[in-house]
Amino acid sequence: MTASAPTFPVTAADSAPEKSFAWWAMVCVCATEASLFAYLIAANFYLDLQSSRWPPAGIARPGLLKPALMTASLLLSSAVLIWGERGIRRNNARRLATGLCGTLLLAALFLLLFASEYRDKLREFVPAQSAYASIFYVTTSLHCAHVLVGMLVLGYTLLRVLRGHFSAEHRVGVSVATLYWHFVGVIWLAVLTTFYLAPRFS
Amino acid sequence: MPPAHVQSLDEWPDQKIARLATLAREPAGTRRLRDQWETPANWLAWLCTVDHKALGIRYIVTACVFLALGGVEAGVMRLQLARPENRLLTPEMYNQLFTMHGTTMMFLFIQPVLSGFSFYITPLLVGARELAFPRVNSFSYIAFLLAGVFMYASFAIGQAPDAGWFNYTPLSSVAYSGGLNIDFYAIGLLLLSVATTVGSINLIVTILRMRAPGMSVDRMPLVLWSSLTTSLAVLFAMPALTAGLLLLELERRWHFVFFAPGGGGSPLLWQHLFWVFGHPWVYIVFLPATGMLSMVIPTFCRRPMVAPHLVALATMATGLAGFGVWVHHMFATGIPQVSVDFFSAGSMVVSIPSGVQIFAWLATMWYGRVQLATPMLFALAFIVQFVLGGLSGVMTAVVPFDWQAHDTYFVVAHIHYVLAGGSMFAVFAAAYYWFPKMTGRMLSERLGKWSFWVMFAGFNLGFFPMHIAGLLGMPRRVYTYLPGLGLDTVNLLSTVGVLVFMAGTLITLWNMVRSRRHGALAGDDPWHANTLEWATASPPEPYNFARIPLVQSRDPLWDGGVTVGPALDDGRQTPRTTPLDATWETAVQLPRQNAWTLILSLVLFAACFGALVRNRWVMAVCLAIVVLSVGRWLWPYQRQLLETEA
Amino acid sequence: MSRLRRLCLVVLVATACHAPMSVVAAAGPVARSLSHLTWVLIVASAVVFGVVVVLMWAAVMRRPTTDAAVDLTPRSARIPIVGGAIIPAVILLALFLVSVLSERQYPVETRVSAQVFTVIGHQWWWEIHTADSGAAFANELHVPVGQVIEVRLLSADVIHSFWMPTLHGKIDLIPGDTNRIRLIADKPGVYRGQCAEYCGLQHANMAFTVVADAPDTYLRWLASQQQNAAPPADSLQRAGAALVTAGRCAVCHTIRGTPARGMVGPDLTHVGSRLTLAAGTLPNNAAAMEAWITNAPSLKPGTGMPALPQFSGMELRAMTAYLEGLH
Ligand code: HEA
Ligand code: HEA
Ligand code: CUA
Ligand SMILES: [Cu+2]
Repeated sequence: MTASAPTFPVTAADSAPEKSFAWWAMVCVCATEASLFAYLIAANFYLDLQSSRWPPAGIARPGLLKPALMTASLLLSSAVLIWGERGIRRNNARRLATGLCGTLLLAALFLLLFASEYRDKLREFVPAQSAYASIFYVTTSLHCAHVLVGMLVLGYTLLRVLRGHFSAEHRVGVSVATLYWHFVGVIWLAVLTTFYLAPRFS
Repeated sequence: MPPAHVQSLDEWPDQKIARLATLAREPAGTRRLRDQWETPANWLAWLCTVDHKALGIRYIVTACVFLALGGVEAGVMRLQLARPENRLLTPEMYNQLFTMHGTTMMFLFIQPVLSGFSFYITPLLVGARELAFPRVNSFSYIAFLLAGVFMYASFAIGQAPDAGWFNYTPLSSVAYSGGLNIDFYAIGLLLLSVATTVGSINLIVTILRMRAPGMSVDRMPLVLWSSLTTSLAVLFAMPALTAGLLLLELERRWHFVFFAPGGGGSPLLWQHLFWVFGHPWVYIVFLPATGMLSMVIPTFCRRPMVAPHLVALATMATGLAGFGVWVHHMFATGIPQVSVDFFSAGSMVVSIPSGVQIFAWLATMWYGRVQLATPMLFALAFIVQFVLGGLSGVMTAVVPFDWQAHDTYFVVAHIHYVLAGGSMFAVFAAAYYWFPKMTGRMLSERLGKWSFWVMFAGFNLGFFPMHIAGLLGMPRRVYTYLPGLGLDTVNLLSTVGVLVFMAGTLITLWNMVRSRRHGALAGDDPWHANTLEWATASPPEPYNFARIPLVQSRDPLWDGGVTVGPALDDGRQTPRTTPLDATWETAVQLPRQNAWTLILSLVLFAACFGALVRNRWVMAVCLAIVVLSVGRWLWPYQRQLLETEA
Repeated sequence: MSRLRRLCLVVLVATACHAPMSVVAAAGPVARSLSHLTWVLIVASAVVFGVVVVLMWAAVMRRPTTDAAVDLTPRSARIPIVGGAIIPAVILLALFLVSVLSERQYPVETRVSAQVFTVIGHQWWWEIHTADSGAAFANELHVPVGQVIEVRLLSADVIHSFWMPTLHGKIDLIPGDTNRIRLIADKPGVYRGQCAEYCGLQHANMAFTVVADAPDTYLRWLASQQQNAAPPADSLQRAGAALVTAGRCAVCHTIRGTPARGMVGPDLTHVGSRLTLAAGTLPNNAAAMEAWITNAPSLKPGTGMPALPQFSGMELRAMTAYLEGLH
């Protein structure tokens, strides 16, 4: 029974946030949310297959300028966030705060572009018009809702940074928020491919 | 597996009891752990408790109340169908009843009752003191309860869901169902899907990260493989339903176009979305039942399970393959032959892991010494009935046969053999098995055996004739049938049989009510079983284990593969271990209850009504409160909790 | 002739032990092959079930006398692999082949030309057209024995399913889609079918009848159905015709050759020749017709046909006489 009694440290020697419960739970959340988008995207292609033209007659192939800018703003925001997170790994809470602010600004830019894209689209077609319009609006606006949630999460994290909650050893909350934000970006790439790029290849 | 020097299970009880005593309880006079873990004695703390044992039991009891409701609905339906052209129910009432019966049983009874058992036993089985996210557990229980209340509120205004449990469009579209019936269904299920999803995440993290040191994956009890598989399946399947419900509500309320053929929609899109969810769902409500059997059978065969790794593999395989067979619900829709054949083959392949499980149980029984205690009787009946139901499933997987059997009582027979005769019997086995752990008292064996035989006879008398009714041409979901179609006798038999069946369940209900007070004292390990939950007190102390168990084998209580670890009594602590080998990483600090879980679920409940009556203000206010209460919930109230953030 | 048929139906309905919709009582080659397949599956399942139960019984009975005698040594996975995977895989493969082969036997597209019918599902009745003639029928399909029939299936509202177990398996009627099946009736007779996809309130009362006749009888029937409505034969019928073709009935129903041109309900041009009323809900006779006109919703709650209590007993008798005379 006594052969090499194991030790039972009660604080983690290795504080990697990827080992926390919260991080694992966030991975699960991302998995299930990704499935949600996967089903909507599958629904899009299913409806596409059932119809002769996609987008249907009367709706132009979507232009790529604004979506490109939106993509750029999200990708850039993720990069800024990574930069900020590197900061807290070195106990530099300030850099993290700066990074979070930058990310939030770029996210706001995304929202502005999104709003202007929607204004154009709504002039061209409304959801009730056709299956194409409906699935387009529901998927893109669901993604927009995720951006909003992501911004809330980042804002909340920023608040906690300012309260001094985080350090190199204690940064689970930061990693979890970051993970979610990168996930929102990845989902955008899928939405972009489905609604803006795919119609060019069919 | 027992070490070589142990020749029989009788050899180690004394040594075992001495060791287990230190695991089960704090030394007399000490209250360090109890003070940390006990739920404070006031009503708010009671409502918001995070104790997985209390919540597990609440889940089970609540689900059984829904069982009673679904059962009463079924009973009334059976009375209506007892003879041809009966006028007990109007078609409107009948349609609401069968829809709510199916919805209740599938969403509010069988899945919650199975996860209730998981929430109760998982921490005990892995030697932990709580689930990974105790407050999430409290939230998901209350949200589940309120989702059920929401759906049942529809009866109050006479507009219960009435388009069947799979709610096909366009029958459920606003053009053919203008009332609130379908909105109750869709909004209620959306709330429930949130509760179910977060509950599954809780189980996944618990199973992967909280197993007692030494409980490597190959030593994991089989029922955990089932919960792990089904929880993962929930993550990937549930969103298909969520997506479908979302599109449905948008179409019903804001004139979006998804399912209506005009404007490019497709009625079959709903069917695909529903069944991509629906078929995994039937395995989600079936695999935990097989896991329970894999716990009960070794105990009552007095020997370890045969081929446990293969059974674990079969469980995962079933869960995975369950995603590839959904079209077998759509063989009569006229979709192209190639894809039909593909899904027919898939449905057959998915039977093979089930066969592996069945034969592993049979082999365990063959090599063991079967004790016919009540849980084992229910387990045996499960095998008989599930095999029959599985075989009728394989029959309907044969496409041309399904052209005849689809949407007849043959399918109704199939689903009840696998669900009621299968999963529900497993739940009864589990209830008889774990009741002593949960309450500290034994259920009466005499009443248990009566209940079992009455249920077994009633079940088969009631549901077997439905195969024949189906083959004689009785479609399902008919509120009445004409005399002279040869259906009178089989239907009468069914009605009589299910009434007997219900009487049998009531004997168990009575048994539970009586034994809770007057049953024989159980002791910690009444069945001389093999897994960790029997190493602690019955009922367990609030902290589950006074010392952290260290595990060295698959059947630790049988071969002495458990030793006593640290007490971890500095706050609400429990170990965190690595996912595969379960080596010790650190101790984590788990949070106490707070009222935000309750507030959050109540606000979501209010939001459901807001969505139902389409009041934007209610919804906006609810949304704001949701954001605030989540924020408040997650705000660390204690320095130590900074790192856990459950 | 039609009296004979009506008698047939009564006899069918009266013999309680007879099951006119049994899937193993085939009246055509498609259903016959399905019926054989059904028996194969039942026997195969019974055998597998029997084996499992016997093995379980044996395992329970084979009890070492004490716990001490239990063999605790681990067992290899041979039993579950052989019994649970390999043997079932062989059986399943065989079943799959049987399945695919019998499915391939009845492709929708064949070279043989067929008599084509279009069936449109409504909540809760069936509208039927032949491809070539302008005739429209409801709830009753006549087919020539021995000939290939193609049924094209559409829906006007929700999903229904066309199921005639003695002739063919079921296939759905899906709004926006056209499905088709081919079937052959090789025995003359009256067969019952029923909607098999839940379609709302009166899904239970959405039956239909297929009457298989010798080809010449069938052609005579078809010719008679293509005619316009028979003129009223006596003063009672004339009074009835006036009420029916000019009154509220005409808003919803068509009676060819009269001013009644409604498009909502079934075509009534030859309603008197049909075996049932309201899609199999009632037998077609004068009493049922009167009851139906007076208060249809009480007989089939939810039906689109309104209650018409305004007619006097005399008027009802006249209308019924006229309608029942529309052969
Ligand atoms: C607990 C839930 C559960 C389970 C486990 C199953 C298991 C299976 N089901 Fe079932 N099914 C339902 C719940 C379930 N089903 C429900 C609720 C519906 C209807 C929904 C509705 O329409 O309302 C349904 C409907 C349904 C259909 C559609 C029928 C129709 O609507 O026309 C089909 C068709 O293929 C099918 C097939 C199968 C198959 C092949 C299995 C297999 O997994 C079974 C495998 C098991 C065995 C085969 C027995 C054990 C194996 C052996 C002993 C080895 C030897 C076996 C052989 C050699 C064959 N199911
Ligand atoms: C888990 C799933 C489950 C369970 C357990 C049951 C149980 C029963 N079902 Fe259910 N049934 C379904 C799932 C289930 N059903 C589904 C999915 C459908 C399809 C719905 C649809 O078409 O949309 C269906 C459809 C269905 C129909 C076909 C309706 C139709 O097509 O028109 C019928 C008809 O007889 C029926 C009858 C019964 C009966 C008599 C029971 C009995 O077994 C009920 C037994 C009753 C009790 C057990 C209650 C009594 C208990 C108490 C009072 C308290 C006991 C408490 C404790 C023991 C703690 N069911
Ligand atoms: Cu039409 Cu059921
Ligand atoms: Cu299925």
